[in-house]
Amino acid sequence: MNFDFSEEQTQLRDALGKLLDRSAGFDARKELIRAGQSHSPKLWRQLAELGALAVALPEDLGGTGGTAVDTMIVCEALGRRLVLEPYVASAVVSAGLLAHAGSAAQKAELLPKIAEGQHLCALAHGERAARYHLPHLTTSARRDGDSYVLHGDKHVVLGGDCAHTLIVSARTSGGAEDRQGHTLLLVDAAAPGLTRRAYRTQDNLGAADVELRAVRVPVSAVLGEVGAGLPVVEDAVGLGMAALCAEAVGAMAVMIELTADYVKTRKQFGVAIGQFQALQHRLADMLMRLEQARSMTYLAASTLASGGPSVGANAGGGEGGDAGGARQRVLSAAKAMVGQCGRFVGQGAIQLHGGIGMTEEAQVSHYFKRVTAIDLTFGDADHHVAKVSDALLR
Amino acid sequence: MDLSFGPEEQRFRAEVRAFIEEQLPQDLRDKVHGGRHLDREDYLRWHRILAARGWSAPNWPTAFGGPGWNAAQQHIFEEECAAADAPMLMPFGIRMVAPVIMAFGDAAQQARFLPRILSGEDWWCQGYSEPGSGSDLASLRMRAERRDDHYVVNGQKTWTTLAQHADWIFCLVRTAADRRPQDGISFLLVDMRTPGVEVRPIVTLDGEIEVNEVWFQDVVVPAENLVGQEHRGWTYAKYLLGHERTGNAGVGTCKRWLRQLRALAGAQRSGGRPLLEDARFRDRIAQLEIELMALEVTNLRVIAMELAKRQPGPEASMLKVLGTEIQQALTEAMMHALGPDALPWHHEALAAGYSGPSWEPDFALPISARYFNHRKASIYAGSNEIQRNIIAKMMLGL
Ligand SMILES: Cc1cc2nc3c(=O)[nH]c(=O)nc-3n(C[C@H](O)[C@H](O)[C@H](O)COP(=O)(O)OP(=O)(O)OC[C@H]3O[C@@H](n4cnc5c(N)ncnc54)[C@H](O)[C@@H]3O)c2cc1C
Repeated sequence: MNFDFSEEQTQLRDALGKLLDRSAGFDARKELIRAGQSHSPKLWRQLAELGALAVALPEDLGGTGGTAVDTMIVCEALGRRLVLEPYVASAVVSAGLLAHAGSAAQKAELLPKIAEGQHLCALAHGERAARYHLPHLTTSARRDGDSYVLHGDKHVVLGGDCAHTLIVSARTSGGAEDRQGHTLLLVDAAAPGLTRRAYRTQDNLGAADVELRAVRVPVSAVLGEVGAGLPVVEDAVGLGMAALCAEAVGAMAVMIELTADYVKTRKQFGVAIGQFQALQHRLADMLMRLEQARSMTYLAASTLASGGPSVGANAGGGEGGDAGGARQRVLSAAKAMVGQCGRFVGQGAIQLHGGIGMTEEAQVSHYFKRVTAIDLTFGDADHHVAKVSDALLR
Repeated sequence: MDLSFGPEEQRFRAEVRAFIEEQLPQDLRDKVHGGRHLDREDYLRWHRILAARGWSAPNWPTAFGGPGWNAAQQHIFEEECAAADAPMLMPFGIRMVAPVIMAFGDAAQQARFLPRILSGEDWWCQGYSEPGSGSDLASLRMRAERRDDHYVVNGQKTWTTLAQHADWIFCLVRTAADRRPQDGISFLLVDMRTPGVEVRPIVTLDGEIEVNEVWFQDVVVPAENLVGQEHRGWTYAKYLLGHERTGNAGVGTCKRWLRQLRALAGAQRSGGRPLLEDARFRDRIAQLEIELMALEVTNLRVIAMELAKRQPGPEASMLKVLGTEIQQALTEAMMHALGPDALPWHHEALAAGYSGPSWEPDFALPISARYFNHRKASIYAGSNEIQRNIIAKMMLGL
């Protein structure tokens, strides 16, 4: 066992840090927001050049053959700089899903383009009545000759505002809550009958609601097996959860740095407010929460990595023989921990900044909104505590 | 001991409820219920309706045109207003500056300012905090120099809530620098239209403009606008802070939010079932309900003490901490009830007069912004750390 990064990983982290410090500072982010964008094609290209868009993709498809640990390194760096890009939506969740479930032809067509930064994808799975419950699915795909015809509404599709291709889940059989009957399909975002309503999320990322009205796709658009899409979605969301944990850890670390700096310089009652023990203890608690979150983030990444590069459900080994279940449990535990710690650290950071922390101008408020949004994505802390709790019954 | 309201209080409650039912305009009610943005005129409309009934200043004695309600009546009134989704009565004139003018102002000031506060003609804002003086208010630096019959004011206030709407600002200013900081502060009333006063908006993390910087450059203020004695402003401010904090438990609003939280959990689905059927989330609502029940009684105990003519002391600090923590927990639970629906940011759709495309679900629109916005509650009106310091010192002798 060791907690060390390899030489390549350290290099990736350093190179990425340099790039982001140069090109993705807080001002650049503000500029992007002012221009109504959630994605900078220029930065995206630079990330592609570094190989950051393909860290966990196989080498023969334009990737660098890394693991979830590499994804974690990238995401922590992105989280530290509060980068707006649809990295998790496209480069982690969608690319991971394609790499796992795509046919050779689908992979060869899409993955190199994703790795090179020319193509963005988003997973359109969530629906209004699902909340965080992944089996819930009412969007339908009806077979009609050589095509499928899609009907339904997808809600809060992260990265859906700028994706070129949507990975849409739809029912080919079963009722709304059935685990069977999910089928994944690749849908061109410009397909007739598909309407996107794009918007920003609370933390200024891009998302969209997607309306599918008689959207016709060829049978070759099916991704993976017909009716067996749910485990694929679960695994892809699992990759996203681990990645978001890393982003949150990066963001939390910065909030603590900003707050520690602030209380050292802000003076009230003739002393730096960092002299007050009430604040010292709160910051000490924040630091401990960060370290707990970081530990769980490492555990999540390493669990995914040791399960092999595939995100398949039978990667072998694990408690009680059920590796998939054990992996989901670890991922849920990590997401729960990170959600809780994010709240604690974020709320504390705002509080210790006083009025300044409440302003849009203060960086810390944007970090706070990002960790809040991360908690709300792919299941919040309560949702994942419930998952770990349910696992106790098995 | 009997914790129920007597027949007289129940009659009073019925009277207030009937009045609100009849007089509160539906569009205002809808705006408050839907968490929409209220503009100046929205607040004033409700204020004027209450003023016509003699109820715009629930805390004022009859001598100054108030209803002369006791603390229990005031509590009932606030609770009924909140339950009915009435716009909040702006506290700055009615609850903050008026009690100071009543207690320390001269007859001319009382005659000049109080009726206009009552009627809603003047909108007041509170000019205490400065960039360098928040928790340590006594260190404030904005100067007022006496010259003949006027003061010349220079400096800056900040975090001034709704200064953009205000006609007047009450300020703590430094009038002497050669003594203990607390002993060189005066309480000065400044017309916002005086040359040299400039309001600069501060955008908060939820995208709102609720607070401002207020800059003063060579602002000439007639000496008659000084309240009480020169250099005695700190005493008056402390008097006011006591008044400010008593109302801070916000039990009425919390009750409304608790009902809203339950409704949200009933409306939102999780895996196709109402979220309310999820025992874990229901427990969370129940926990908040329990906390709020306790706070309501604690609040009533403090009110009872007031009724018995004992001044609210450090108990006000307790209400502030407990009340704001429940407010924050409620706004957070509402956001969590929404789940992924809490993520979209449709800020423009909250504006008055918005006529763009609608977003589903409509009730989700203000919820996350409210959570972010209410992080303020543990910061303003004396931060919760400062309140705990007060509790430790005053109630525990530490
Ligand atoms: C939304 C909003 C509206 C406001 N409206 C008004 C208004 O209308 N008029 C007005 O005058 N002011 C207003 N304020 C200002 C408010 O009163 C101040 O923000 C508050 O007093 C805290 O001051 P500060 O922001 O300078 O923080 P600081 O005093 O710098 O405090 C920073 C942190 O240090 C902590 N701290 C400070 N001293 C101690 C101590 N001795 N022990 C332990 N912890 C300590 C604080 O609790 C806080 O967590 C408003 C503030 C907000 C956020």
